[in-house]
Amino acid sequence: MKLIAAMSGGVDSAVAAARAVEAGHDVIGVHLALAANPQKYRSGARGCCTIEDSHDARRAADVIGIPFYIWDMAEEFHDGVVEDFLAEYAAGRTPNPCLRCNEKIKFAAVLDRARSMGFDGVVTGHYARTQISESGKTLHRAVDHSKDQSYVLSVLTIEQIAGAIFPLGDTTKVDIRKEAEARGLAVAQKPDSHDICFVPSGDNAGWLRDRLGSETGPIVDQDGNKIGEHKGAYTYTIGQRKGLGLTVPTADGSPRFVLKIEPVTNTVVVGAREELAITTMKGERPVWCGPQVTDKEQEGFVQIRAHGAALPCTYYFDGQLLVANLAEPLLGLATGQAMVIYDGDRVVGSATICQTQ
Amino acid sequence: MPSIYVDHAATTPMSPAAFKAISSQMQVLGNPSSLHTHGRSTRKSVEDAREVIAKQVDCLPTEVIFTASGTEANNIALKGLYWQGRAQGKSVVVISAIEHHAILDPAQWLKDHEGAELITVGVTSDGVIDLVSLKNIIDQRASEIAVISIMHANNETGTLQPISEVVAMAGQIPVHTDAVQSFKKTPLSFSQLGVYAMTLSAHKVGGPLGIGALILKRAVEIPALLHGGGQEREIRSGTLNAPSIVAFAAAAQDEYPSAQVIELRNQFIDHVKELFPDVIINGKNVDRLPGIVNVTFPGTQSDTLLLLLDKANVSASTGSACSAGVHEASHVLLAMGHTQQSAQSSLRFSFGSTSTHDDLNFILSVLPDVITRGRAANIK
Repeated sequence: MKLIAAMSGGVDSAVAAARAVEAGHDVIGVHLALAANPQKYRSGARGCCTIEDSHDARRAADVIGIPFYIWDMAEEFHDGVVEDFLAEYAAGRTPNPCLRCNEKIKFAAVLDRARSMGFDGVVTGHYARTQISESGKTLHRAVDHSKDQSYVLSVLTIEQIAGAIFPLGDTTKVDIRKEAEARGLAVAQKPDSHDICFVPSGDNAGWLRDRLGSETGPIVDQDGNKIGEHKGAYTYTIGQRKGLGLTVPTADGSPRFVLKIEPVTNTVVVGAREELAITTMKGERPVWCGPQVTDKEQEGFVQIRAHGAALPCTYYFDGQLLVANLAEPLLGLATGQAMVIYDGDRVVGSATICQTQ
Repeated sequence: MPSIYVDHAATTPMSPAAFKAISSQMQVLGNPSSLHTHGRSTRKSVEDAREVIAKQVDCLPTEVIFTASGTEANNIALKGLYWQGRAQGKSVVVISAIEHHAILDPAQWLKDHEGAELITVGVTSDGVIDLVSLKNIIDQRASEIAVISIMHANNETGTLQPISEVVAMAGQIPVHTDAVQSFKKTPLSFSQLGVYAMTLSAHKVGGPLGIGALILKRAVEIPALLHGGGQEREIRSGTLNAPSIVAFAAAAQDEYPSAQVIELRNQFIDHVKELFPDVIINGKNVDRLPGIVNVTFPGTQSDTLLLLLDKANVSASTGSACSAGVHEASHVLLAMGHTQQSAQSSLRFSFGSTSTHDDLNFILSVLPDVITRGRAANIK
């Protein structure tokens, strides 16, 4: 096949590209420049949009022996990922920008462009697997569960999965580093990127405050009594306990947790731990990574964070919302996060959480 | 599979004469600044080469200052002439909007760090400097202008600039011209142009990479950028790169087959217009260098076209600079009135002395598919 390998400059995408070449594919390396000014979002050795990273990607492509180009996706990234991230926070939700990037950039803008140019698909260094089954090509967890990235890929449609190649899904990260070393790739020991790639300092709250302002507002208990003041509602997350700076203690001295963020009134609602418990979550804008979920209740698992646990549940689609009923109550779930349904290790689909109860 | 090179304005194959010269000089021992027999022997080769270059551009041998690149020569000229002028209370730097980054960036640096006032002169839709506007600037600010730098021919479009007129207007104001693209491609006489300073580069004419020259009027003394042994008129220090210098001279003596290159270029333009009637040939109404064609293909993105051409074994260029490898809209095309979008839909094909009809036919055979796919992949 003729493939585009998305190369971030990290070890995973470099080995993925090398493996695709070895498998006999005709591969071209492409580095996505996601920031118009590389220093704007990140500096230093973190993340994936610095000049050093593009040099690392180029060097890896040269060592592997494939052509290499840089594609400017800064505008698409800013509009589709960064702006979305800000808007979601401003609306009191907690988004995952990596999902958005996979959905709108890597497997949309890049894959579309690649296909129009006569390529068959896109290779990435994600830890996930695909399988050919009766219902077509399906998406599965990686063998290395600690590195599994199927969660952030759960926004891919069947069409997109068809054009996605994940050569690393059957290997552990430790072995990928060894393999990179053996292949003579200088990025073999390069540190992993963490956090959100466009927040240079890793200080998410500070980054949000700089852009959304830091209008103070009340922190109230469930009865609406003001018991403190916050510095920008969106810098809090559901379930958060620390850093609330509350001056009025509870009667029994038990800690309080963020229960709700109300952007319209700029209010943060806090309460007891048990108030956080939910047993049902509903998600909008569902994406099916295989056959569409029906209104018949099925058993499976739901995951709500990139490296969170798979929670046993039953799930169904009511025609509008994807619904998951948990076997055990869950504490602290923010809307805006993705709920990803698994059938064993197969990704069934995902939706953006809009209601919990 | 053929491998077609149409990026001669970026660099061009080393000529056999230059290759022979550099190979043999590399085996010769001696620092040209040493006083003993070995040194004198190398010095003679360097000075022979200097005379050859001087003859080629019609200047005095003493006016040739060897540098490590065209960029260095541009920096020495622009900064040096600015500092010289500033010492006399003149702090205005005048450049055109279509200069190479090796002028744009030092000019911006002089503005940001050295107190220069930077005036940029626009160009016509064919990419020729706006002489009326330049005249107005000179009429109003003559006594304040330290240096005027206008390139001899543009590297992206090949358009020739009216340097003689600029010099006539400038009067006593020092004029520098970046002639990197023009050297050997079009008549170039330092003495007839009457400029103070002129930049050359070896690898654009079949010489090696890493050697250039600043032609600087005799007796003009400007502050140095590199301080050290003072080898080149105390304006440029550093051991003279004898092998590259003799190879530069050897390449400079090669005849450039202008008529042949022009014929190829014109055929290319005719065929491209026939294949894609909506293309724009940038700078088509004015005098241009023989080898450069800049084409806008509406509804495409040049980085996509470049990738597809590369995959089809054709090396062309977007012609414009990269920032961290990211293709940016060409400042030259923007100055000529293009929009961001149309500027980003343009490619530079540059033919050279080794280009053939077979090259041309091959490019024309792959171009339709490249443009069709490029249009389909256009996401902007």
